[in-house]
Amino acid sequence: MTEKVLQLVLNGLMAGAVLAVPAIGLSTIFAVLRFVNFAVAGHMAIGAFAGYLLNTAFGLPASVAVAGAFFGAAAIGVAADHVTLRRLRSYSALTLAIASIALNVMVESALRFVFGGAPRNYAIPLRRDWVLGSLQVGPQQVESAVIAVVAMSLLFVFLAITTTGKAMRAVADNPTLADSKGIDPERMARIAVGIGMGLAGIGGMLVGLDTSIDPLVGFRAILSVFAAAVVGGLGSIPGAVVGGLVIGLAEELSLLVMPATYKSAIGFLAILVILTFKPSGLLGARAT
Amino acid sequence: MTNYIISMATFGAIYAVLALALNLMWGIAGMVNLGIVGFYAFGGYLSALATTRLGLPIAAGFVIAILGTATIAAATTLGLTRLRDDYLAIVTLGFSEVVRIVAENETWLTRGTDGISGIPQPLKQMLGDKFNAGYLAFSLVMLALVIVVMERIRTSPFGRTLRAIREDSQIAAFAGKDVFWFKVKAFAIGGGIAGLAGALYAHYTSYIVPEIYVPLLTIYIFLALSAGGLGNTWGATIGAFVIVFCLESTRFLVGVIPYVGAEQLAALREFLIGLSLLLVLMYRPRGLLQEPLPKLARAA
Repeated sequence: MTEKVLQLVLNGLMAGAVLAVPAIGLSTIFAVLRFVNFAVAGHMAIGAFAGYLLNTAFGLPASVAVAGAFFGAAAIGVAADHVTLRRLRSYSALTLAIASIALNVMVESALRFVFGGAPRNYAIPLRRDWVLGSLQVGPQQVESAVIAVVAMSLLFVFLAITTTGKAMRAVADNPTLADSKGIDPERMARIAVGIGMGLAGIGGMLVGLDTSIDPLVGFRAILSVFAAAVVGGLGSIPGAVVGGLVIGLAEELSLLVMPATYKSAIGFLAILVILTFKPSGLLGARAT
Repeated sequence: MTNYIISMATFGAIYAVLALALNLMWGIAGMVNLGIVGFYAFGGYLSALATTRLGLPIAAGFVIAILGTATIAAATTLGLTRLRDDYLAIVTLGFSEVVRIVAENETWLTRGTDGISGIPQPLKQMLGDKFNAGYLAFSLVMLALVIVVMERIRTSPFGRTLRAIREDSQIAAFAGKDVFWFKVKAFAIGGGIAGLAGALYAHYTSYIVPEIYVPLLTIYIFLALSAGGLGNTWGATIGAFVIVFCLESTRFLVGVIPYVGAEQLAALREFLIGLSLLLVLMYRPRGLLQEPLPKLARAA
């Protein structure tokens, strides 16, 4: 029993690290633009397919192709935002959220138009699981978790030391004050969307490495991603990391008491619980 | 061809009922329900189970669908209505996902992905060939009833309060309105109407299965409502019929456009649905028919 729990905790931590990446993407966009961008799902799929092309057509290993997932999703994310949601910035958060769903439908159906709806697999070497005592771990799981940790570390460094990163935090903290200090809000919005959607792209590829990819790869994971962001506190980047780990662990540990088919309902339960007891999330400040 | 038009009109009426449900929640009360398809499915399953498993009459199935879905809709909003509306959007999306998972997995109850067949159709024996026409008439009567109820709500003090809450809930609260209960009630009534739409569908096709309740259906209803006119009963109704017509008529394009297969065409259609919703929000946010608002009374 203890061994089984330990195994699930290990799996949960690795799945949680992967989940945290798109959750940070969602929270970054929310922190700067103050709305829930549902198009994160479609951009996860864009990243998954960008990485897939580099991986299968050019034979790049997953750890390199993941850079393509970031830049592919970031570039398309900024371009798509520029022609669509940017024009709605002055509207209510609700209208923007609905518009982002419309954008998401467009992104997913465009992918389906090009690649079809059938699942595809990355060309990654089949490797035997590593065995540590009674615990088993897949090398690909570990590699994905490491990629996730590297991506998150780079983001924290960017936010902590670069001028742009500091400006972004200022906008998230107090948009009016940042504006009066001469920080261009539109430029910050573009950077937030680029980073947010790029991270979503990495997340999409990492989720795909674990299973398979198709245009709905992000949409299927979106409830867990939202749950991670909401549990950590929407708009809080460290919160999204904590939230990702909590959801990853909860989803794996739920296997002890529930059939695996109900795993995706855990995110929903977690959202309900956190909104009932601590609506601002574990590390968030603002909820209403 | 006549049969095809009758079936299209029936679906138009069912989607119109759904659009009116969403109009009360989002159009009038300003609460986004991204899981409207989940409430539609919930109502369909309630009525199907009540009539096939419990052997209850169809009328009882409808009543159970309406009351049951209203209850679950109220339950979803409890505790959430004090928060930003973004959270409600996420929770309702999650709700519809959970409904789908339960319908797929609790096979002892819902028969899972095999679906429930043999759902009784009203007066099927008596009407025979004329069943489709008869059911269209029944759906239109139901739609008319919902329209009457909606217009009553819209013009009542209750509807006025909901609009006030939508515009500024703090001022509404300051004016002594219990914002929380008004929101729960609006969501319950809207949920009940979505449940009615679900029952209408189940007893029309006689067969329901989880895969018909795709999230895209929610997008269709959002498009129908925002294109028709948010907050406008007639706009929501007309919008739903137009959407069904557009969706159905593009089916005939398979083979007409060269090099585009069925999968691509389906993808293209979804793309156009998304694009239309975006264009409506960007350029015609008030839709075709504007929300009718009472003239401002001059302060005495």
